Amino acid sequence: MIAVFMETRDGKIKKSSLEALSEAKRRAGEMEVETAAVLVGGAVADLVPSAFALGAAKVYLIENKALVDYSSQAYALALAEFVGEVKPAALFFAATAMGRDLAPRVAARLGAGLASDCVKIAVKAGALEFTRPIYAGKAYLTFTLRSTPKLATLRPNTFPLGEAVPGAGEVVERQIAIPDGAVKGRVAEVIKEESAEVDVTEADVVVSGGRGLKGPENFALLHDLAAVFPRAAVGASRSAVDSGWIGHQHQVGQTGKTVSPNLYIAVGISGAIQHLAGMSSSKVIVAVNKDAEAPIFKVADYGIVGDLFEVLPRLKDELKKALAE
Amino acid sequence: MNILVCVKRVPDTESRIRIQLETKSIAEDGLNFVISPYDEYAVEEALKLREAKGGTVRVVSVGKDAAVAVLRKCLAMGADEAFLVKDDSPETYDGLRTARIIARAVERKFAGTDLLLFGKQSVGADNSQVPAMVAELLGLPQATVVTKLEVEGTSATALREIEGGMEKVVLSLPAVVTAQKGLNEPRYETLKGIMAAKKKDIPVVKLEELGLGPDELASQVEVTGLDVPAQRQAGKILKGDPIETARELVRLLRAEAKVI
Repeated sequence: MIAVFMETRDGKIKKSSLEALSEAKRRAGEMEVETAAVLVGGAVADLVPSAFALGAAKVYLIENKALVDYSSQAYALALAEFVGEVKPAALFFAATAMGRDLAPRVAARLGAGLASDCVKIAVKAGALEFTRPIYAGKAYLTFTLRSTPKLATLRPNTFPLGEAVPGAGEVVERQIAIPDGAVKGRVAEVIKEESAEVDVTEADVVVSGGRGLKGPENFALLHDLAAVFPRAAVGASRSAVDSGWIGHQHQVGQTGKTVSPNLYIAVGISGAIQHLAGMSSSKVIVAVNKDAEAPIFKVADYGIVGDLFEVLPRLKDELKKALAE
Repeated sequence: MNILVCVKRVPDTESRIRIQLETKSIAEDGLNFVISPYDEYAVEEALKLREAKGGTVRVVSVGKDAAVAVLRKCLAMGADEAFLVKDDSPETYDGLRTARIIARAVERKFAGTDLLLFGKQSVGADNSQVPAMVAELLGLPQATVVTKLEVEGTSATALREIEGGMEKVVLSLPAVVTAQKGLNEPRYETLKGIMAAKKKDIPVVKLEELGLGPDELASQVEVTGLDVPAQRQAGKILKGDPIETARELVRLLRAEAKVI
């Protein structure tokens, strides 16, 4: 069995968890094993149908009042207990803030190997083989894990989401005891950023700006352009972040986030190695820069050599027109 | 408050990474090695906490002799003591192995630690596994990817980054915290600090002293391939009138790239 931890936020299963479930289903098919979804929380039974819709044969429900608020300790305890009893061959997570926080704890508890932030999973001679970027994508490591089970986190926006078709299967409720004193840390509050924009790691389109923007006020141009798309976010180069023009959570590159959107638009970014490492796995790259020699043009599928202050407003108008059609 | 900061020596982020195919490893010649950038935020946070609350800041690195340079930088920044846990094995990419070494070192050599600080990930292996694994092995709570940390008595409150917002995590000490960019602005070493750091002894802890069995030191990871990504090809360049080029770009994105 390949089991997948279903991360829930705001009473919904995260899209990246459903992507992980879709990938598990594909690989489990090759291995001729079943796929199971694991729902953990206070009261999460409502979410069972979405897991069945993506092809889980079984859904394990682990409900406990101690699991209402996320705690890496309590959740790791619940998942390790599940693995110990049910003995899946593998347990997948989405490589989100929660998945990256939780999966290592579960792995350590089980003494199991963990493949972090995978971008490809294959079945070779009946065993899972994982590929993940290292050095922020300057190189890719392919490997197997010796342990059973094998744990993996899967990079969001990378594995295709399966088609949802209404379905049903077996729901298994599991009780878990969480001893008093076992949990010494928990989330007390979730503070949402006010902007309605999605995170750069989850966006379909990322519009990033660099030194060429000349100042923090001009990031408004990027926000305007991003607003044309349904799921877009604004990114930035390290020098723009280090100049204090925009928050570091927008930074794309080796000391920022690695992104792989369908469309990456680099505006006024020259293309330092550490920036290229963070965005080179984007499907299509567009660069706008006045310097025709900028390294960013070497990786861009389409480039506009020109003044970004003239190009961006026109580009916004043209995109709006095209998307309205 | 006794703080232990775990740091790693990595190639700097401007490095071009080359592969040695026969050994499936990264070619190290010609690379410039530095302290992993996120670890610098961890060291700075430890120093700030010591300034506010008193106590000690100790720094440890698991690695080869060359990691001493990174430890010396931490001493020059102001850490009280630095230790090398000597591990001559090549990079295994296995977080669990390193976590077991660190967890055991904490138990045997750094008992009484109130706060374990790490960078949120090394810049290189990019696993972000070790800190949470150490926390689990030691039965400690954790807050990872933290941009704000407050310690009050025996508890800590941390803000950690999540998609589209922050989580406020409340921890009872001892605890593990990992530093994200934005937590602070790391200080530069002073000349006086550099001179003092040169004179400090950096004790070496041998792996054998930690009493880990061969099973615990075996890597879970079996590397089957290591590649550099295919170079992206430079594409079409548009120049000239902004309206014309914008229109042509949108046409190409729709008709050719099919992304809009």
